[in-house]
Amino acid sequence: MKVSQRWLRDWVDLAVSSADLAAQLTMAGLEVDSVEPAAPAFDRIVVGRVVDLIPHPNADRLRVATVDVGQAEPLQIVCGAPNVAVGMYAPTALIGAVLPGDFTIKKSKLRGVESLGMLCSAKELGLAEISDGLLPLPADSTPGQSVRQLLDLDDSLIEIELTPNRGDCLSMEGIAREAATQYRRDFTPLPVAEIPAALSDVFPVALLDPADCPRYIGRVIRGVDPTAETPLWMKERLRRAGVRSLGPLVDVTNYVMLELGQPMHAFDLNRLNGGIEVRRARPGEKLELLNGVVVEPDSETLLIADHQGPLALAGIMGGEISSCTEATRDVFLESAFFAPASIAGRARRYGLQTDSSYRFERGVDPQLQRRAAERATQLLIAMAGGQPGPLIEAVSTEHVPVKPIIRLRPERIHKLLGMTVDGAEVEEILRRLGMAISSEGNHWLIMPPSSRFDLTLEEDLIEEIARIYGYGQVPSNRPLTRLAMTPQPEGRVALDRFRTVLVQRGFQEAITYSFVDPAVQRLLDPNREPLALANPISADLAVMRTSLWPGLLKALVHNQKRQQARVRLFEHGLIFVPAEAGLLQEAWIGGVIVGAALPEQWGAPARTADFFDLKADVEALLALSGEPEAFAFVAAAHPALHPGQSARIERAGEPVGWLGALHPRVARALDVEGDSFVFELRLANLQLARTPAFRELSRFPASRRDLAIIVDETVTSGAIQSCIRQHGGELLREVRLFDVYRGKGVPEGRKSLALGLILQDLSHNLTDSVVDEVVSGIITGLAERFGATLRV
Amino acid sequence: MDALPELIQSARTAIAGASDLAALDQVRVFYLGKKGVLTDRLKELGRLPAEERRQAGQAINEAKQILESALTDRKAALETVALDARLASEAIDVTLPGRGQQPGGHHPLSRTLARIEALFARIGFTVAEGPEVEDDFRNFEALNIPPHHPARAMHDTFYFDAHTLLRTHTSPVQIRVMETQAPPVRVIAPGRVYRCDSDLTHSPMFHQVEGLLVDEGVSFADLKGVLDDFLRNFFERDLAVRFRPSYFPFTEPSAEVDIQCVICGGSGCRVCKQSGWLEVLGCGMVHPAVFQKVGIDSERYTGYAFGMGVERLTMLRYGVNDLRLFFDNDLRFLRQFQ
Repeated sequence: MKVSQRWLRDWVDLAVSSADLAAQLTMAGLEVDSVEPAAPAFDRIVVGRVVDLIPHPNADRLRVATVDVGQAEPLQIVCGAPNVAVGMYAPTALIGAVLPGDFTIKKSKLRGVESLGMLCSAKELGLAEISDGLLPLPADSTPGQSVRQLLDLDDSLIEIELTPNRGDCLSMEGIAREAATQYRRDFTPLPVAEIPAALSDVFPVALLDPADCPRYIGRVIRGVDPTAETPLWMKERLRRAGVRSLGPLVDVTNYVMLELGQPMHAFDLNRLNGGIEVRRARPGEKLELLNGVVVEPDSETLLIADHQGPLALAGIMGGEISSCTEATRDVFLESAFFAPASIAGRARRYGLQTDSSYRFERGVDPQLQRRAAERATQLLIAMAGGQPGPLIEAVSTEHVPVKPIIRLRPERIHKLLGMTVDGAEVEEILRRLGMAISSEGNHWLIMPPSSRFDLTLEEDLIEEIARIYGYGQVPSNRPLTRLAMTPQPEGRVALDRFRTVLVQRGFQEAITYSFVDPAVQRLLDPNREPLALANPISADLAVMRTSLWPGLLKALVHNQKRQQARVRLFEHGLIFVPAEAGLLQEAWIGGVIVGAALPEQWGAPARTADFFDLKADVEALLALSGEPEAFAFVAAAHPALHPGQSARIERAGEPVGWLGALHPRVARALDVEGDSFVFELRLANLQLARTPAFRELSRFPASRRDLAIIVDETVTSGAIQSCIRQHGGELLREVRLFDVYRGKGVPEGRKSLALGLILQDLSHNLTDSVVDEVVSGIITGLAERFGATLRV
Repeated sequence: MDALPELIQSARTAIAGASDLAALDQVRVFYLGKKGVLTDRLKELGRLPAEERRQAGQAINEAKQILESALTDRKAALETVALDARLASEAIDVTLPGRGQQPGGHHPLSRTLARIEALFARIGFTVAEGPEVEDDFRNFEALNIPPHHPARAMHDTFYFDAHTLLRTHTSPVQIRVMETQAPPVRVIAPGRVYRCDSDLTHSPMFHQVEGLLVDEGVSFADLKGVLDDFLRNFFERDLAVRFRPSYFPFTEPSAEVDIQCVICGGSGCRVCKQSGWLEVLGCGMVHPAVFQKVGIDSERYTGYAFGMGVERLTMLRYGVNDLRLFFDNDLRFLRQFQ
């Protein structure tokens, strides 16, 4: 909403700086976005009257004007404008004037003829983007008068970003009331007189959907001149509000909308048939709008129609068929109230957002229509002539919004704001905002003005009081409260600890979009159908991730393309898995690595990270549970992973995640360079922690026996270890795998594992014979189960 | 046979001349060993007349003590030399970097979230979470934003179907908390939110932290106090904070909170659009319509809610000038927040 500060003076005497006004409005909740001058700085531009005009002797396009500028002698000025004419009044830049763009007017010769100034267009004065000739000034202006003064150009344009609750401020009058209240100045509503009918012509109006349109005011005006010139003052005000002048009929309706907040429409009376009907659209109806677009309104859309069909989308935009043209002589003026709910969302449905729909959606004062119609009639007749008929009012009183009566209790003000506001102050604020006040017992009864759709509750009034009184006046209190401790469950590992472990192990945390490229997702997780957005922002962000890998791998590639050969990234966040019981939104943590195992350094040999480097990182996460032995890595196939380097991670038999080398085919498709490894884990399973329980320490020394066994390649280390544990009994405390060997001394297709067995008893020194018995039991077990032999 | 003094003298010379511990030990054996020179003399005492025996024995023992002490001293000296030599040979360049893995770092947004959570945790706020795929009821309707409300137009919502969407703010967590928990309620809800908008200053995904406190006797003045406190502690500056009337459908009264520009200190710059103020928060008293939706008696209880943009706070705190950097995950950017 663009507000001319000078325009506000029609309602309130405000002699304040624009900066102060902007600050006051902002602090009243009307946030000011910018303040700009209404016209660029210029001076020595005066009203000039062309008293004589002769052709230029040396140029076809130029003429030589004699211009009266209120001085003893008229000035000779060479002019090239097509519309210059004898008797015309136009802005005249005197010698020494500086025009926008730092253009100084000097005495000069144009094609040999002396020119003592310049006749100006609106563009040259910085008042328009384009001009097709001189700016005509009113014929009643005085030669020599300052144009700045004549056009009241020492004005500021204040751009206000209104919140959607303040439909009442979508007019100069509404803003003026706010400003007057803020400054505690008198506010005088614009006086609008009733225009007596000069004709008896009426046109029938029927409200077929009175809930959506409970009031419709119309008026016939005959004999207008649609080619009449809009007066300069009105053009200026429209310009300052950012509205283009388009002839008197449109200008008047726009002007009244800006001035009072009532969107209006002028139909060509002679293009209407039978009568006006305000109704919902019927199946198959079509309407060509003023912007040339043809719409097929649905049954929820309110129309202005006549007996032949649709004329306009009510409250949104007029139709081509009934619009005014240069040939229009008789008009039918519409000033209606449409219920916000009947307009809200409709304009968007047709890809439209008009000044009218914007206002109706937010609420136009349901008592304003008559006043606006009278005002428009008055302006139109003054500008374009014409004879008005009587006002036609169609109204469904029961559907017109009723002003609420709201109880306001002083103690509630105190309770909500935490401060007491003096009763007289409360009354003054509410009265200045246009509310009717009475009291009953120890509380007030308040009736807000019909323009305030946002005031229905006591809390709404308290906000009004607070914002005018000033939010800055409300004290700032430290909280006082009854404290209670919050549980810190030890059986649940905080997310932060997982993140810290990864950070300590060289990972950088990433945050990637939760929506990903469907093609990438399909590549990494082809067996699950992701949840698709109905309106994605782009095709490559169209489905919700079912894995953290798409985002992490995209970030990895981003970095590889920026000369980062070693990347270690992790992310935690929700994945979205459609399931029969409904969508699962689960928190997972995942990571990717590529490049060297360690940062390049002097003290360790360079080595590319492999599966077991990332496995160590994963094991560090699992260890936070306090029972890493509860987890198992099971060789299993995953479509995104290398078939020989991929493990499903299980906790107590339940799958909780994956670890593996990215499948080379997937890597190629995603542009990943080098061997990369990925993991992801379901946090809920990871976070369960064992609370420590003390176990007695043995006072007796431990014995260690080392074994080297040879088994087939296919026998896993995990199986061997669990077999050893199974046969080791209670005395076996620990099994350490310290070597895996293939080659000389070991048959092809077999491998040797070196294991350290640590045995200890709580109550005895272990004798060799006891240890020998346990170890031989283990060896027998391994031999029976895996055909293991001892390596000698 | 040499007289004792000569013997001591020659032993002393031998001790002093021993250049390492092995040589020194040979000297010890030669004089004091089981078959050493002095030991032999002690053995020969028996052959002396009884009246000389005592005196001679004493003299030999004295000599023995002198030599033992000389040996000990020499041994200590030789050990010091040996240790010094070893230490000298073991000197390293302590400026060489340490070995092994080097730590990574948290994402800057996580860093900000952690700071926000820590500040509010100190005054009793616990963290609440909610789903990101949310229903229309909790994202809008329960927050007093019915269908076609103009406020919806400002939200640019991602939809899955008519009733399911990506939450546009963390406010639905308010509803979820109040649906399940009776007052007093004191929570913050950090998390991802989504709006269908992407340009220089908008990301389709970003982060908010919602705060909600519901109890008896909670007022707008309490809200001001908490947010004043938070902003000064977050920025670690005694900066000016102002509350400006605004509008949110789910709070009444509503306010936007501005801080004195942290870039220019309030004198006006590009970041604050010359106003000297930066908008950082939205807040207000919980609207009675919201209480009604979750079945809380608004006559008895009052409450406040606030919401802040994590990206914006992070940008202001660390001077980050481009929103998109947060989601590119460029290591050169991330490493600046280690």
